[in-house]
Parts: sequence; C-alpha cells; structure tokens
Amino acid sequence: MFLHDIGIIPGGTKSSASPSDRPAITNLSRRGFVAGTSLFVVGIALVGCSSYEEPKIDPNAIDLPEAGPSPLTEVKGGDATPALWIAIEEDGTVKITCHRSEMGQQVWTAMAQIVADELEAEWDKVAIVQAEGHERYGDQNTDGSRSVRYNFHRLRIAGAAMKQMLTQAAATYWKMEPSECTASQGLVGNSQNSDTLSYGNLAKLAARLQVPEEANVVLKEPKDWRYINKEIPSLTIPRITRGEGTFGIDVDRPGMVHAVVARPPQLFGKTGAVQDADALAIPGVLQTVKLPDARPPALFQPLGGVAVVATDTWAAIQGRNALGIDWVDGPNASYDSDIFAEQMKQTARRSGTVRRKRGNVDAGLANAAQKIEAEYYAPHLSQSPMEPPAATAEWDGDKLECWACVQDPQATRQTLSDLLKIDKENITVHATWLGGAFGRKSKPDFVVEAALIAKEVGKPVKVTWTREDEVRHGFYHSASAQRLEAGLDADGKCTSYLHRTVFPPIASTFVAGMDVPTDGEMGLGATDVPFAMPNLQVESGNAKGHVRIGWLRSVSNIYHAFAVQSFAAEMADAAGKDQKDYLLELIGDARTIDPNAEGATYPNYDASLEEYPIETARLANVVNRVSDMAKWGRKMPAGHGLGIAVHRSFLSYIATIIEVAVTPEGAMTIPGIWLAADSGTVINPRHARAQMEGGTIYGLSNALFGEITAKNGAVVQENFPSWRVLRMGEAPRAFEVDIVQSNSAPAGVGEPATPPAAPALTNAIFNATGHRIRSLPIIGATGSRLTLPAQTTAKAEG
Amino acid sequence: MTTTLNINGKTETVDAAPGTPLLWILRDHLKMTGTKFGCGVAQCGACTVHVDGTPTRSCITAHDSLGDAKVTTIEGVTGNAADAIREVWIKNDVPQCGYCQSGQIMAATALLAENSNPSDEDIDAAMSGNICRCATYMSIRRAIKEAAG
Repeated sequence: MFLHDIGIIPGGTKSSASPSDRPAITNLSRRGFVAGTSLFVVGIALVGCSSYEEPKIDPNAIDLPEAGPSPLTEVKGGDATPALWIAIEEDGTVKITCHRSEMGQQVWTAMAQIVADELEAEWDKVAIVQAEGHERYGDQNTDGSRSVRYNFHRLRIAGAAMKQMLTQAAATYWKMEPSECTASQGLVGNSQNSDTLSYGNLAKLAARLQVPEEANVVLKEPKDWRYINKEIPSLTIPRITRGEGTFGIDVDRPGMVHAVVARPPQLFGKTGAVQDADALAIPGVLQTVKLPDARPPALFQPLGGVAVVATDTWAAIQGRNALGIDWVDGPNASYDSDIFAEQMKQTARRSGTVRRKRGNVDAGLANAAQKIEAEYYAPHLSQSPMEPPAATAEWDGDKLECWACVQDPQATRQTLSDLLKIDKENITVHATWLGGAFGRKSKPDFVVEAALIAKEVGKPVKVTWTREDEVRHGFYHSASAQRLEAGLDADGKCTSYLHRTVFPPIASTFVAGMDVPTDGEMGLGATDVPFAMPNLQVESGNAKGHVRIGWLRSVSNIYHAFAVQSFAAEMADAAGKDQKDYLLELIGDARTIDPNAEGATYPNYDASLEEYPIETARLANVVNRVSDMAKWGRKMPAGHGLGIAVHRSFLSYIATIIEVAVTPEGAMTIPGIWLAADSGTVINPRHARAQMEGGTIYGLSNALFGEITAKNGAVVQENFPSWRVLRMGEAPRAFEVDIVQSNSAPAGVGEPATPPAAPALTNAIFNATGHRIRSLPIIGATGSRLTLPAQTTAKAEG
Repeated sequence: MTTTLNINGKTETVDAAPGTPLLWILRDHLKMTGTKFGCGVAQCGACTVHVDGTPTRSCITAHDSLGDAKVTTIEGVTGNAADAIREVWIKNDVPQCGYCQSGQIMAATALLAENSNPSDEDIDAAMSGNICRCATYMSIRRAIKEAAG
C-alpha cells in the first residue's frame, strides 16, 4: 500500500509553503513509512537537511483555471501530449509508454532515454508500459529502422512539456514564478529556499495544468543530455537473465488450449479430404478445425489447412503428424526456384524499364576503352527469428483480445477486423516481447489463425508455429538476378554504369499478379546509387511471385548492395586500382544526390531529401574511418584478404571491412570485422554497436549459408540445419565498431549494417584467393568450405 | 500418466502423455516459460536445461525418462558460475531480443562450472549448439571470458 492510499504523510511542519490543503498527520510507524515508499527518503537525502519534510499536495484544494485541449497533438512525428506517453505515480514511478515493439533493438530503453532525459526523471524510477495497438499512438509499425527517427522529436517534446508542467505545478503550490523553479532528477526546487517537491507529489496538480504550446517547450541542448547518447543499461536484460518476461509464445490465459496448423505445402494450395480419426485418438488432442483456403492476393491471410487443438503443444504436434490430408494443387504447383532463377537471369540480360538515367549509357559503353560485365544471383531467405510466430486469441462474446509477438499491432488489429468482419473497436491487440522478428512478425497471419481457431473452439487458443512451419510457410526475402555493365576509360576511370535488377516484388503479396519492382524496393540500393560517372542507368525487370514475398532485415538493400559493391571491386580490379581508392573515386566529390532529378521516383525511406539528403561526404567519411580501423593496405599473410563495402540505407552510412583467411583446401575463417557507422544522433551507442554487430552477422549468415528453394511449389528446407544459420564457432574472432559522433537527425540502426556485409565478405574472399563469388550462398547448407577453382587454390597457397 | 519430477529442487507431479518432452512439461504444464522452444530437434539450444548439472536439450528429452534426476532451469539455476554469468550478461548487455538467452546462459554456466578459464576454442565448442539470430556471439564470447576473468 502506498502512503497516498491511506492519506498520510510523515510528520514535520517546517515548510513555509503552507496552503490550507496540508493533510492531517496520522499515526504511522517509521517502519511503515519506509516500507510504504522510498520517495520521501530520497527527497530528504537529496536536500541533505533533516529538518525539511516534503508536504503532501492536495491538488483539488488549489484553484486553477480549467485547462484547454492539448496543443501538442500534431507536432512533428505525431501526438506529443505528455499524458499519452507519461504517467507519474504518487510513489514517483515514471511510467513511459512504448508504442513500438521490443525485439532486441532495445527500443524500450531508447524510448525511455528520450522521454526521461527531457523530463529530468530519475532513471531508476522509470518503468515501461507496452502500448496496445491503437491509432492514438501514430505509426506503430516497428519496421524500417525508424522508431527513433519517427519519435525522437515528439518524445522529447512530451518529456520536456511534462517537466515544464511539473515545474509550473511547484511554482503554483509555492506561489512563485516558474522561472524561480527548476526541475532536476525527479524533484523541483526553487531559488528562494531549499525546499523541494517530488514529481510523484506534483503529478496530480500538474495534470490539471494547461499543456504548453510547442513554441514554449524548451528542449535541452545536446551537451546537457543525461541519458540520450549515453550507454544506459537495457531495461529488459536483467529480466531476461532470469528467464522472465513474456514473449508471444509464453502467453498463458485461463482455460487456454494449444494449437498447431497443418498448412498446404504450396501457396494457394487447397485442403481436400481430411482424415483426422488417428489425430483425435492421440492423448490430449481435443479437436481439429479446418481453416478457410487462402485466395490471391495473399495479404496477411492465413494459408488455410487444418488446425489440431490439444491440451499441450506436444499433443497438438503429435496430432498433426497423424492427420491424413489430401492437398489440392493450386496455381503455384509448378514453381521451381532453380528454373525461376534461370528465367530471372534471362530477363536481366534484356533491356528493362529505366528507373534512373544520367547521360547516355549505351553510347558510353560503346565508346569505352574497356568494358566489364557481371551477373549476380541471390536466393530466397527466411527471417527465422529464434521465437517462431506464436499468438493467443480469446473471445468474449463479440470482443476479441489477442496477445502476440507482432511488429505492427495496428496492422494486426486492422487485419483481424478485415478478415473476421468485426468492428475494430471490439478488438484489442497486445504486443508481447518479440523473440527476434527481422520482418517476419510484420505479417500477422498467425494472429488471424489464433482468432479463427479460438472462435471455433470457444476457448482461449495459443497457436504455435514450429520451426518447420516458420521455414516452410514464410514470407520470404525475394530472390533476385542482377546484371551490371561498366565502361572504363583508358585510365581505368568508370564513365558508364548500367545496373539491371530483377526480382518478384513484395507488392506481389498484396496485389495478385503484380510483377513490377516498386519504387520503394528500387530505392533500396539501386536507384539511390551514389556514384559519380557521367553515364548511369538503373533498370528493372519484372518477375512474378510464387511464394509469399516479404520484408527481411534491410530488404532489397541486401541483394542490391551485394551486386553494386561487388561490382565496384570488380571495376577496381579491371582498372588495376586499389578497391578502397576506387570506391572513393566512384563516390566522387562531396555533394548531395537527388535521384529524382535523374528520372527516379525515390522515396528516401519516407524522409525528405532536405532533412536527410544523400551526402557523399558521409559515405567517404565512413570509408576512410573504417580503412584506418582495419589498417587497409597492410601486408596480408598468404590466404588472407581484406574486403570493403559501403552502403547508405535507412538514412545511415555504413562502411564495413572484413578479413578472411582461406586455406588451400578452401576452409575459411573470419579473423576480424571493422565497421564505421554514421547514423546521425544515436540514442544509445552501446546498443547501436550491438545492432551493427548483429546486423552484420545476420548478413554474413545469409551470404554464407542462407538459401530457401522450392520444388513443385513447396519449400524444400525444413528446420536447422537444412535451413542453415551462422553459429558461434563461425562468428568472427574480433569485431570493432566505430559510431560516428553526430548531431545530425537520427537515422536507422537496426538494419543498415546488413547490406554491406555480403559484398565486404566476397570482396575479401576475392582478395584472399582471386575467386569472385557472384552467386549466393557462398557455402550453403551442407558445405564446410569454399569451392575454389584450381588456380585460386594456388593463390591461397601464396 | 502421472510422473514425479525434481525441478529446481522442488518435486513436481505432472499428468502428461508418455514421451512428452520435458520442454513442453515445463512450458505448458508447469508454466515455466523461461525455457524456450526454438526448433524441436536439438539443433538450436534454446531449450537447454541442466539434468544433474549437464546441459541437456529438453525438447528431445522425454519427461518420463528422467527418473529422479535433478532438472535445473533458467528460473532456478544458482551458484558461483550462474551468478558470474548473470552478472556479466547484465553488465555488458549481452542479450538482444533475449529469446535464446536462457539456453545460452545455461550452456555458459555449465561451461564455466567445468572450465574456469575457457579459451576461444573451448567457448566455441561449448556454445556452438546454441543459435542466436540476433548474433550476440561476440558479446557472449567476451562476457564468458570476463566471467572467468
């Protein structure tokens, strides 16, 4: 019980601020006071004066004009009304609402750092409330590396506005001017005496005050930040080390039953006859539920099939194994990813749709002293977060409540409303912690499954995806084929550059038959190429989707950076020049780039080019910094090589150098990785470094091992290890990250390290062995070493 | 079928089908969700618990095969090695999403209990069965060495 619940405060009458609302002192043992709250203890300790004891404010005893509506509902980024984001309890706890999903990027900590800094809250008093999915919070789609970028300004405003209201409340109570009062670390003091009032005590009075206009909210100078840009420890990790915290798969509801789903092997395959007698005979199996067949376009629909409902997950899995289902072929029954890859490569050899054009590439290529060309291929990938999709749904009459590991609880709510034909107001979606996501959990198909099954069963139902489900029924990273051509002059300088990219677009998941790469995807590393040659052309070729295509950490940047940054090194090799020097030459002079001025339609990650220009100086800066870190140009032992790549994505500039060591037999290790990141203002450098490491390794895992293939429309891979991911023993021995100190606007951190990883690696392998890798994965699911042509083996031997 | 298990020093009686893996007994029957499901085929290590001190994949361990063996989970693991691992995990913010970390901590604790000064190779050998898609591998390696310090 807190003190305020029983209307008591500790004894003492010293304060001269003596409004009539001073509460009566009632009997309370010292022990009870200390046990009930630490608030006043802190206050006493801070003022260092045992004679002062903070009076309890009765907010209702103070006359105030009625406050008007918040003028902060439409600041940059959305609603910054303090009450939407911050609740201060009487015990001093500062509850900060996080509307973005926590999936390891430490967004809880980041959001709290921003709010608490401007609020001048004590860090130890901060607690996070995870927001449900609701429009009142603005965008909640935790995707695109934009949680900080979208919310930095408005959360600072919210924190600062509340600090000003708390200060105003103290001034009102003391009958002073606000300018005489100062808030710091959860207390408001004043210039007249040593009295202080704590936030918990002031909160209810402050809540009755007018929210200030944005023009009157004073933000801190960066030099005064306590938490922002500081290495504040994570708010989630202590709990994780004790096995606490609730992920989507951990949700438990009274009376809940467990379900797994047998889904058609092909996208838009149908469920024919079902024999479930054997399944129902398994101990613990309660019933089966046939789900509706999916129809194009895929959207976020469940895939259909049959759910097995049981008293525990294991029984449900056993029941599913015992089902007999006649699957009926659908329109993707003939999909073979090897044949499709060949078709895409053919498309990349033909003229495509021009998406950006500078000068005359055809003439430039025709007149070049030297012409080079290369084709690159990258396969489908699965996101494979360690927590597979899992969702719990519970109906109460017409009302539906869901708990799930979703990146976008608003899209989840909308999808449930659309597909179950119920009013959104009757749906509540709670985002749990996400055990990784990487784009998979942007798609809420699994929540719809839970809702459909729970409706049929009449009990709360948790649907768990097994790893096989996750690997075989995903929304896959698009496969791609690309062709690049370059013309070099007699000095080896690039004068003409053609990039043609072919891939089934993510839009194919949302529009039936859509086969044209979108401006958004083209803007992920193709149309935004920062090179300076006089003739430049970027083209796209069409490809249809035959599996669900979806976002995966850094999306199209993965294959575009792989091709473009590999080709940059290939050009350097053709020109007989150092790869880093050549890269800087390709990037050219310090300038800003506007792809729209050259015929592109370039979204720039939904940001304006005025606020977030493409700045070649920042690209060159990270290239030079990482080169210093890795000591680029140093003499390498036989079989060792350094490779470099640089890429701007999610408005961040990342340069990566990887060192590989390759034995004559092709066994490869990664002795070191160096990475320089310019992500503008960074909220937490330690957590940003973790994202840079993780994003890089995610890219290396895909490049080395990752490959999802399909035969007869069905995904071939099933689980680890046929879907292989990087393990501890394959991780680099050293990894050094340099985060550029910057006051530029905050950019993305979660994704941008992934794109340069693959080309830095393949460029390193080239420099170690002379072997150029143009098709991913490098090693694959079953390999243990590089397949080196005979002459490169000789080079590795030195 | 009723089975009696020794979990974190407590006797637990569960009623489940013969052969049900310990993982699902912990998670679904005993509501001890710190132990995670990752693959179900002993390939990822997310479900790692200790059985009589030995790291064990609970997803392929039939609960009714345990007899009176002592099962320890992330919720109950204690001792010098566990304390040291938790301390460096928190101090260095080792986890990211945290989902695999129960298994990582159980594996690292068993390693440190057996080898007070593990080399990189020792760590790689002991920890390569535990997949982390956030790729906290370098942090884990640094932290284990610090804990051994």
